[in-house]
Amino acid sequence: MNSTPGQESESLVSVRNLYRYFNVSGGWLDQISISKGKMVRKVEMVKALNGINLEIEKGEALCLVGESGCGKTTVGRTVMGLLSPTRGSVHYRESRIDTLDRKGMLPFRRKMQMIFQNHHASLNPRKTVAKTLLEPIRFHQPELSLPEQRDKVASIMESVGVDAGWGARFPHEFSGGQRQRISIARALIVDPEFIVADEPISALDVSIQAQVLNLLMEAREERGLTYLFVTHDLSVVEHFGSRVAVMYLGRVCEVGQVGEVFSEPRHPYTQALLSAIPKVGGEKRRHVKLKGEVPTPIDLPSGCIFHSRCPHAREICSKEAPELVSAGEWTDVACHGVRENWF
Amino acid sequence: MALLSIRNLEVVFPLRTGTIPAIQDVSYDLEEGERIGIVGESGAGKSVSAFAILNLVSQPGYLSSGSIVFEGQEISNADDETMRRIRGNKISMIFQDPMMTLNPVLTISTQMEETLLAHTRMTREAARSIAIEKLRAVQIPSPEKRLEQYPHELSGGMRQRIVIAISLLTDPRIIIADEPTTALDVTIQAEILELLLALCNDYRMGLILITHDLGVVSQISQRILVMYAGRIIEQGNTREVIASPAHPYTRGLVGALPEMTRPGRRLNQIPGTMPSLQSIPTGCPFHDRCSHVTDLCRSHRPDLVSGSRRAVACHHPLTG
Repeated sequence: MNSTPGQESESLVSVRNLYRYFNVSGGWLDQISISKGKMVRKVEMVKALNGINLEIEKGEALCLVGESGCGKTTVGRTVMGLLSPTRGSVHYRESRIDTLDRKGMLPFRRKMQMIFQNHHASLNPRKTVAKTLLEPIRFHQPELSLPEQRDKVASIMESVGVDAGWGARFPHEFSGGQRQRISIARALIVDPEFIVADEPISALDVSIQAQVLNLLMEAREERGLTYLFVTHDLSVVEHFGSRVAVMYLGRVCEVGQVGEVFSEPRHPYTQALLSAIPKVGGEKRRHVKLKGEVPTPIDLPSGCIFHSRCPHAREICSKEAPELVSAGEWTDVACHGVRENWF
Repeated sequence: MALLSIRNLEVVFPLRTGTIPAIQDVSYDLEEGERIGIVGESGAGKSVSAFAILNLVSQPGYLSSGSIVFEGQEISNADDETMRRIRGNKISMIFQDPMMTLNPVLTISTQMEETLLAHTRMTREAARSIAIEKLRAVQIPSPEKRLEQYPHELSGGMRQRIVIAISLLTDPRIIIADEPTTALDVTIQAEILELLLALCNDYRMGLILITHDLGVVSQISQRILVMYAGRIIEQGNTREVIASPAHPYTRGLVGALPEMTRPGRRLNQIPGTMPSLQSIPTGCPFHDRCSHVTDLCRSHRPDLVSGSRRAVACHHPLTG
C-alpha cells in the first residue's frame, strides 16, 4: 500500500535541521597533546548527523537507507528521544518533543515505539515473554484490570503468530524469528501510532525475513501505523517502503517516493547504491563505481559531502553544500549537478 | 576428471545429548575454473561442508565418512603433513570478517610473507615482490605503502582485498569463500564480487562460495547447491534453478525474496523454521513445512535424484 501522492496528508513526525555530534576525544587528559612546545587541547567530534530534515506523514513507511556509518540509526534513536540532538528539533504532530523531560515525554512514549535489530539483546532473558509483554500495558494503561491486561497479551501474541499458551516461556526457548515477533508484539501492545524499526529483519534468515516483513505490513494496514524503517537492504525498501530517504555521511542526499527513486535515481550516490544490489536472475545492471572510500565523519569534506567520490563533481561542489530541492514529481535531491542538469 | 570430487560426506558432532549429524550425504564435483555456490539458512551445513574439505571442522565434530578426492588424491584421511601442503596452498580460504582473519599486531607485509615462506622456499625479497604483485592483482593502489600498514589502518573493503590477495599468494587451484561479503556494505560488496569473478577467470581458479544471499550466488556462481538440514536438496545451473526451482524449499526461498513480489504485496513465506539438527523429522526433512506433502514424504526420505544436470531430493518435484 503506497501512500497516494498528491493527496494532502498530515505530517506526524517532523525532523528539522537535525545535527548530532559524538565526542570521541576521550577524557580530558587524552585531549591534551604537545605541539611545537605548546600544550594544546583537541576535541574530536564524529559528526553523525549534519542537518537532517524529514517529514514523516501519517500512514506512510519512510525508509532510511545508507551504508554503515551514514547516521541512519542515529536518526531513528534521536526521533525516539533516546539521543538528544546537538542542534535542531524533533516534532510529533505539533509538539516539540526533543526538549521534553522524562515525565513530559511519557504520553509520547506510548504513541511511539521501537523495534530493534538484535532480538537477543532486546528481550530480557530473565523475564517470561508474558511478563515482558505485560510491562508496557501496566505502565501505560494502569486503568486496565489484570484479567484485561492478560487478555490483551494473549490477543497480541496470537496476532503476531506466537501461541498465547507459550507466555510462560523465556526468550531463549524461542527461535530468532519468534523472538523478533515478540519484540514486535511488545511494540504493538500499547497501540502506538508510530514505530521506528531499526534493521528489524537483518539478523534473520531469508525465509524468516519474509514472515516478519509480512507481519509488519499487516500491522501497518490493520492499525494504520506509520513507520520509520531503518535498513541497509534496498530490496526490502523497494518492497516495503512508500517513501525512501537515502543518507550519506549524515545528510539526506535524495528523498522521494520509492517507485520513482528506484526507477529513476537522480543523485549520483543513489545511482551507485542502487546499481550495487546483487539481483537474482535477469540481466545485471551496470555497476556504477565510486572512487575512493567514505571520508571520515570526524573531518567532513567541504561543500557537497559527496564531492570527493562523485564522478560528476565540479568546482562549485567542493565549495557550496547543495540543498534538497525538488527534482522529480515526488522526489527531492541535494545535488548541484541535478539542479543545473550537468548529467 | 574433476579437480575436486566429494562423495557422501558426513560430519557428526558427538555431544552429551547424542550425536548430531551436521551434514549427511553431501556429494559434488568441482571442475577446474568452475564456480559453485552453496546456499542455505543458518545451520543448514553449508560452512561445515566446505570446512570438511580442508579438515577444519571444529571440535568435537569430525568427518565420519565419505571421500574427498583432490587432483586425483584421496585427502579425507590424509595426515597433517599432506594437509599442510594443500591447505592455504592449493586450496585457500576467505572468511567473512577480514578483521578476524588478519592479525592486528602484524603488518600486512609480515602476514603476506609468512604465508609464502610457510609453503615455499624463497627469500624475503622474492616473497615481497610476489606480495606486491598480488596486491596489484586485487587492485590495491600503492601496494608498497600498504605493505607497511597494520590492518586497523585500512577500511573494511580494503582489508577484504588484502585477505583475497593473501589467499592468492600460492596460486591456489581452489578458493573457498565463506560469506566473503556479508560484513561489507553493498557498494563494497559489488566491487569485491566483481574482483573475485575476474580473478577466477584470470587464474582459472575454482571457487566454492558459501552464502545465504541468493543475489550474490546468481552474480558469481555457474552452479548452485541448496542445502537444508544438513543435506543437499537441489543442485544445478544457477540460472535454471532460480528461474524454475524444482524443490519446494528452493521455490520458497526464491519466492520469499522481496524482489520476486510486486511492491507492497504480501511476500510468499515458508511456514515454520528449519528443524534443529537434533530432531530432523523422519522422511523428507522438509515435509512439515511443505505444502505438497504426502504420506510418502512423511515416511521415506527422498534421495537426490539427478537428471542430466539438475538434481533434486523430492518425491514430488515441481515443474515449470
